[in-house]
This record gives sequence, C-alpha cells and structure tokens, in this order.
Amino acid sequence: MSQEKNRVYSYIPNSVPSRKKEMMREIGIDAMEELYGVIPESLRFRGSMNLPEPIKSEMALKEHIEEILQENISCGEVISFLGAGCYNHYVPAICDEVNSRSEFLTAYSGETYSDHGKLQAIFEYTSLMGELLDMDVVNYTTYDGSQAAASATRMACRYTGRNEILVPASLHPEMLSQLMDYSKGWFKLKTVGFNPETGLLDLADLKRQLGPDTAGILIENPNYFGIIEEQSFEIGEMVHAAGGLFIVYADPISLGILEAPANYGADLACGEIQSLGIHMQYGGGLAGYIASHDDPGMIAEFPNYFYGIMKGSIEGEYGFDRALNHRTSHGSREKAKEYFGTGSGLWAITAGVYLSLMGPQGMAEVGRNITAITRYAMLRLKAVKGLFLPFDQSYHFREFVVDFSASGQSVAAINEKLLDYGIFGGKSLTLDFDSLGESALVCVTEKTRKSDIDTLVSALEDILLGGEAS
Amino acid sequence: MKASEPREYHGVKWHEPIIFELSCPGERGIILPEVEQEIADVVGDIDQLLPRRLKRRQSPSLPEVSEPRVLKHYLRLSQETMGNDTNNSIGLGTCTMKYNPKIHEQLVRNPKLAELHPYQDERTIQGILKIIHELNRFLTGISGMDHYSFQPSGGTQAIYANASVIRAYHEHQGEGETRDEVITTIFSHPGNAGAPSTAGYKVLTLMPDEKGFPDLEMLKSMVSERTAALFITNPEDTGIFSPNIKDYVDEVHRVGGLCVYDQANANGLLGITRAREAGFDLSHFNLHKTFASPHGSMGPGCGAQGVVEKLKPFLPGPLVDFDGEKYFHNGNKPLSIGKVRKFYGNVPVILRSYAYIMTMGEEGLRDVSEISILNNNYMLKGMREIPGCTVPYSEGDHKLEQVRYSWEDLFKETGVGTEAINRRTVDYGMQNYFESHHPWIVPEPFTPEPAETYSKEDIDEYVAVLRTIAEEARINPDLVNNAPHRVAIAKITDTSPMTDVDKFAVTWRAFKRKQAVPQ
Repeated sequence: MSQEKNRVYSYIPNSVPSRKKEMMREIGIDAMEELYGVIPESLRFRGSMNLPEPIKSEMALKEHIEEILQENISCGEVISFLGAGCYNHYVPAICDEVNSRSEFLTAYSGETYSDHGKLQAIFEYTSLMGELLDMDVVNYTTYDGSQAAASATRMACRYTGRNEILVPASLHPEMLSQLMDYSKGWFKLKTVGFNPETGLLDLADLKRQLGPDTAGILIENPNYFGIIEEQSFEIGEMVHAAGGLFIVYADPISLGILEAPANYGADLACGEIQSLGIHMQYGGGLAGYIASHDDPGMIAEFPNYFYGIMKGSIEGEYGFDRALNHRTSHGSREKAKEYFGTGSGLWAITAGVYLSLMGPQGMAEVGRNITAITRYAMLRLKAVKGLFLPFDQSYHFREFVVDFSASGQSVAAINEKLLDYGIFGGKSLTLDFDSLGESALVCVTEKTRKSDIDTLVSALEDILLGGEAS
Repeated sequence: MKASEPREYHGVKWHEPIIFELSCPGERGIILPEVEQEIADVVGDIDQLLPRRLKRRQSPSLPEVSEPRVLKHYLRLSQETMGNDTNNSIGLGTCTMKYNPKIHEQLVRNPKLAELHPYQDERTIQGILKIIHELNRFLTGISGMDHYSFQPSGGTQAIYANASVIRAYHEHQGEGETRDEVITTIFSHPGNAGAPSTAGYKVLTLMPDEKGFPDLEMLKSMVSERTAALFITNPEDTGIFSPNIKDYVDEVHRVGGLCVYDQANANGLLGITRAREAGFDLSHFNLHKTFASPHGSMGPGCGAQGVVEKLKPFLPGPLVDFDGEKYFHNGNKPLSIGKVRKFYGNVPVILRSYAYIMTMGEEGLRDVSEISILNNNYMLKGMREIPGCTVPYSEGDHKLEQVRYSWEDLFKETGVGTEAINRRTVDYGMQNYFESHHPWIVPEPFTPEPAETYSKEDIDEYVAVLRTIAEEARINPDLVNNAPHRVAIAKITDTSPMTDVDKFAVTWRAFKRKQAVPQ
C-alpha cells in the first residue's frame, strides 16, 4: 500500500479514505498510480505547478476574493458614460432569478426528453427574436455579436458564391479586427467611407466599391457612433442591384421603435443581445444572433445550432431538438459550413425572459426613453464651450461623438479628471479614428438620469474652463 | 432504497404553453420609468427624434404577460430541465459534469464584477485584472505552456484561435502558402476538424489502429512540408491514453509543423502529465469543464488558449501584464491575430476557475484527477458486468476519466439500441448520455464520465439504471423502445421537422404558418 492520503474535500465525496480504499479494493489496485500506469515515466510530471497554498474554507475563499474585487469600482458606484458594444442597461430582477436557477445554470447538452424545459426556453428566445426582427429563422446564440457578424459575412459569401464584403469605415474596431481574422483566405474585406458631416455611409463611395465580386455589405444600425443609418433603404437597394446581400447588425434594444432590418431590405440580421437583460460583467455578458427569411438556401448556410419545434405524439405536446444538424461541425467535422461549439445558451434564455417581460409596450418605452435621454445629453453637451458634436445633425440612439479638440485637452486627460468627479467619461476614439481628433463616444441608457447628465456637464465646464468658471 | 437499485423517479410535467399562448393584451411584465419631465420639456416630441422612414411601423408581436406569470412560466421550464445540481449527469461524457460550487455564483454576481464595463480606466479594475493575471499564472503551471489568452469563449473557439495563431506563425516564417494541411484524429472532438477547416486548412484524419490509438504509421505517411499542425486529444473520447504521444509530436515537429493538444477535458491529467512534457506548442483548457464553471445550458464557457513562448506574439489580445505596481492590458502586439471576440472573454468564467484552483491547490487538483480516474474505473468494473455492454479497445486495461462503451451485443440480441436506451435513462432521473461524436466508429456507442464529484452511490445508481434497462430490453423491449414514460413529454414519433427543411421551424411564427398550410 502506498502512502495513505488523508485529504477530504467538500466537493469530492469519494475523497473519504475509507470509501476510496473500498473502491480501490473493488477494482483490485493498491496504489492510485496503478490506474494511470499507462502514462510513461518520461511524460509524468513530478515537479511543482507553483500554485499558491489552497484556501480550503468557503468562508475564507469568499473573503479572499471579495477583497480582490474590492479593488474594482463598478459602474453602479459612479456615473458611467461608457458604451461602445457593452451597455449598462437595466436588468429586470426576473432575468437574474431565472438565470440563477440551478437547473438552467448547470444543464448542458441534454436533449429532447431530459431537457425539455431548457429547449423550450431557447426556442422561445428565437421565437421572440423572430418577432422583434420580423424574420422566421433565428439561430441558437453565438459566442458574441461579432462572431454572429463574422459568420453572417461568410454566409453571404457562400450564398452568393462571391468573395468581397464591404463594411463601413465606422465599424466597431474590435468587430473589424475579428472580421479581418475571419476573412483570411475566404474573402476580401473592403471599407466604405462615412460622410464627415453626417457620420452616415458615403453612398458615392459605396457605389464605387460595389461590383461583380460583392457578396454583401454589413452595416451597424445604429452605427458605432450611435447614428441611425437613415439611408438604409438606399443601401439595401444598391447592394441588391449589384447582386450582393444586405446584412444589418442591429441592437435588439432599439427595435421597439426602429424598423426591423428585414423591413428595409436586410437579407440577414445579426447582432449582440447583451442589452436584453444581461449584466455587462466586464464585457463577459455577450451573445450573438443571426436571423434570415425562410429561404432554404440561406438556412443551409447557418453554421451553428438551430433548435426546432415538432409536434408531440400526444395532442397538445411539443418537443424540441437540434434541427438540420449536418450543417454544423458536430454533424460533419471538416465538411461543415464553419466550426461550432458551446456558445452562450444561458444568455439566450435570459434574453427570452427579458423580451417576455418587456412585451411590445416595454420595448417601445425603453426605446423612446433612450432616444429622449440621448437627445437631452447631446443638447446639453453641445452647449458647453470647447465641445463640438460633429454629427449632431443626424438622428442618434444611445451614443454620440463628442470632439474635445477645440478645448486643447486630450480625451485621456479629460477622462482622467472626470474620474475625480465620480464619472466614467465616454470611450476614447483617438486611437481608432484619426479623422475625429480628440473625440469620445458618449453613451447613455434608460438608466441615465437627467441629474447624471447635468453632473457631467458641470464637471466638464469645471475641467475645460478651469479658473474661468471659478 | 438501496443505491444499487434505480429509484422510483417521476419527472415534472407541466404542459406549459409556449410563451406566446400566455399573452393577454394589456398585461405588463415590467414597468419602466417615464421620461423625466424636464428632459421631455427640453427635447420635445420624441417622434421627431427618429427618422420617419425608419420608425417601426408595426409593433413587434411580442406576448403581453404579467410578471408573476412570466416567472412561473420559466420556473416551470426550469423544472423540466435536468440540471447537474438536481439530476445525475454522469452520462454526459467528454463534458466533465462536475459540481459547480455555489459560492462562485455569489462571487460573480457581486456588482464589482457584474457591473464592470470593459472600457473602464485600468485604475478602476485592478481587482479583476489581478484575477485574470493570476489565473494565467496558475494555468501555465498546470499545463507547462507559457502564456494564456482567455478571449476564446468556448472550446471550439479556442481550437479556431489555435488554428489562426498557427496560420499567423507560419505566415511570419514565410511558409504561410506552403503549409496548408492540418492533421487530426477521428476520436478527437469534431471541432479539431471543423475549426482548422474554417481557418482555411485542408484537414487529414488519422484513423485508429487495432488498439484504438491513432495510427502512427499512417501519421508518418501524412506529414510533409505542407503540414501546418497536428490537432490531437489524449486521452481521446475512448478514455485510452496514448503512451506514444510524444512520437506523434516528434514526427510532426520533424517536418516543421506545430502540435496542438486539445485539453478541453483535462480532468484525468491534472498534476499527472502536462502538455509541456509531451512537447506540445499549443493547448487549451475548457474552464467550464475541468475548472468547475457551470455549463449554463450550453455556455457561456471559456476556452483558455495556452501557447509556448515563441507563439505568444500571435495570441488574441490584449493580455494582462503586471509592472510590479499595477496590472494593465498589454495591447501592443503587432503580430497578434487580433480579436476572436469583443473585449476580454467570459470574465465570470475566469473568476470561477480562479476560485476553484484557489480552493483545490496543487495536491487537490491531483486528487481531482486521481479520483476521477478511480471513479471511472470503478464504474467500468460495474459496466463490464452488464451483459450486452462491451468496452471496445484495450480490453482489460485501466482507462482514464471516461470510456466509450458499446451496446452492440445487446442490440444484436434484442433490437434495442443505444438511442432507445438513452431515452429510457431519463425515466430514472438520469440526464441522457452522450452517445458519440460523429461519425460512430464504435457501434451503438455511449460515453459516460463519472467526474470526481460523484459519490460511489451516484455511480452505483447509474450502473444499476443501465443494468435494469438492459434487462428491460430483453424482457420488454417495447418499454425501452417507446421511452420515455415519466418525463415532461412522450416519445415523438414524427421527427421529420428536424431533417426536412420544408417542415423546419425555429420560431413560433414559422411553425404556426407551416401548420396552417398543409405541406
């Protein structure tokens, strides 16, 4: 018998020595190492993994981690104007109540009969999104919105048999980075400029760039600068005339008041659902959607799971399962459309709960609230001496660009000073958009109060006017 | 009840309608605040703030349901779901359905994590950066890789990111054009074929030799100056550790290719053997498997992507560094493949795995692996005693953390196959089992994995259920073939909407339309 270990863990029932011994006896071994004797000595690890001493008690672990988290300042403790792809929307209590249910939290890949409830909840999520998007086909959530966009572009290439994708130069820089990686070897990514006065897509440039190789154009609506792309009908018509597809990346939180992309010509809609009842979690709370019309040719190009509905054998019953699975890499390995794996099911369920709670009226109200608050913030900031809102003639939703260049101070310096006022200023655009100078992307949500905006305005007046004000 | 007998289980059956069927016009699930009067006064008519042509013309047909009814609806659906906390998920092999500590859920719901924005000033996020930095250090010790990126949000996304890093590396070496082939094995997760193919590689697949190991001679005939990399799992889905793994790695290195160790499931290896000693250049861990983050109804997860030093410049970024005083994002990586998702990955998953490793420590992680192997071999002994169940490959040897079994003999004898048995397991309160990835090399397969957090009694009960079902297959095959009988819905006989695109519906609106119009 090798040396007896006497370590018992609360997570590991069979760590109790007597039980462990009983099981070892049952399978006829004297030492645990016999079980993995097949691993040759040359591959055995005998060194130290350099891990810290364990904190075995739950109480001490909680203290340890809470102490580390204490070094963070959350958006709830300050006034935050950060957005740019991750949003501080209100999360209804029921969303957290449902996604903390053990059954959903700790389920995985169970199927039709074991996880009927999970599958119904995910089917309801896709169905609710279908109503919001006015489209019949919605997939199981992707890793995030950018992955949804990346797959949508590849879908367009396969569908059209072409190999050029156009995107606005105003695209979210992180999404652009992902698209560049995902396009390699498959399609050419070309950017279309934006109008410096309005921030909208430059249609003349679009016209120049459309051609026989154009598989499609992907636009964000509202775009990265928060501008509602009011030329959407024209863009759709132009890309269709060139034989390409129109792909619209739309935040579902805007769709209670803004037209569904399908109704201005989109062939594919995609986007991020974090706005629908999911906490920001330092950017962890992401999940993406892709939607299309009921076109078998397009359905065949979706790369990840579909959760389909079927009638049960007993009247009134429904069942759910993965549909048309040969498309996925689980179904056909390297012959699949693209790769596919565990995505973000818990957030699909959560977004479904959110839309169930909000209903048509809630979605309209949240959209109207955000629109009004955005306008108020723009009007107040525009009036601050030294600030310039380059695109303020365009329609905005939730975000807008503020140019600080005339103030003589950098965005970085201003944001650093704002921290002293308990304010997280807008995301700096200086590294990603040269033409915008010292600009920031300021974001409000339905949680932003008038007093928050007024506090920002007076802090900026302090910072920019300095001694003048006092 | 003795643990060696299946329990008298009955699942919940609510006949819960689809959420749209619960709609009552006018009901509200949540009330939002009105636009503040002072804001309304300043901005005027909100309708004027939207472009006329893009205003929503028709309100979306979302259901209108009161708050208590919405809650009741989703709680009922949760009760019709076999989560690992309530049911026994031993059946879901390759998934490592270990216990997910509840304290982690309290921690990730702390506003100082849940309400952090990814673009906050680094001075306001030192806590979470420290956790990311520390977890990177822990994982480098566990695998021997030199650096981790936590951007990939699932195991297969990590495989994709590995393929992308390999492509960038070979391009940097001036061999991007010539190295266009990736080799994997048939018993590796299908993502090892699907993801490199998505990255543009031609995929070659190794088949098993008579012992169940990837055929080394076949590998020797496949490698060439066109080989970009080998993507391999060890042990593979069969639970058999390939002792000659280093020979495969050496063979690929000899021709200048890189080697990727898919350690999505590393539960049987912690502290016992590492990617480093076997010579691998890249490897990934699924934090939602081995490192105790819950699976969340198919995600969110994290595929922690680890590489050796020479590949660090190519990792998706930014990575977190520490300058002795503060933690910071180091985004200055001109050779990086860029982003594979927005921001920094599924951060709550990172925190849970940090908490898990802090709890277990070095000896604890080794005990995790040893007991997961003990559990598996204890279960294997019980399974071998079930007539009709066989264990392909390496008969008589110990396996590591999981086993691919076969019901082929039982099927030949009774006509009851693995798919029917799988449906029947849920009647005993067991999560259905994982049969096999595509394709089925092992006939009538199933792949359970009794992770270390299952007790001897849990395992005994699971084996007893399968033994009972095998007996039922002989005595009353219809009982098994027509299962399930005791869960939310009965067996569905017409599953054609899952394969026939004309009947296919993934939304309620499409389903209603297709039901109204006869096909």
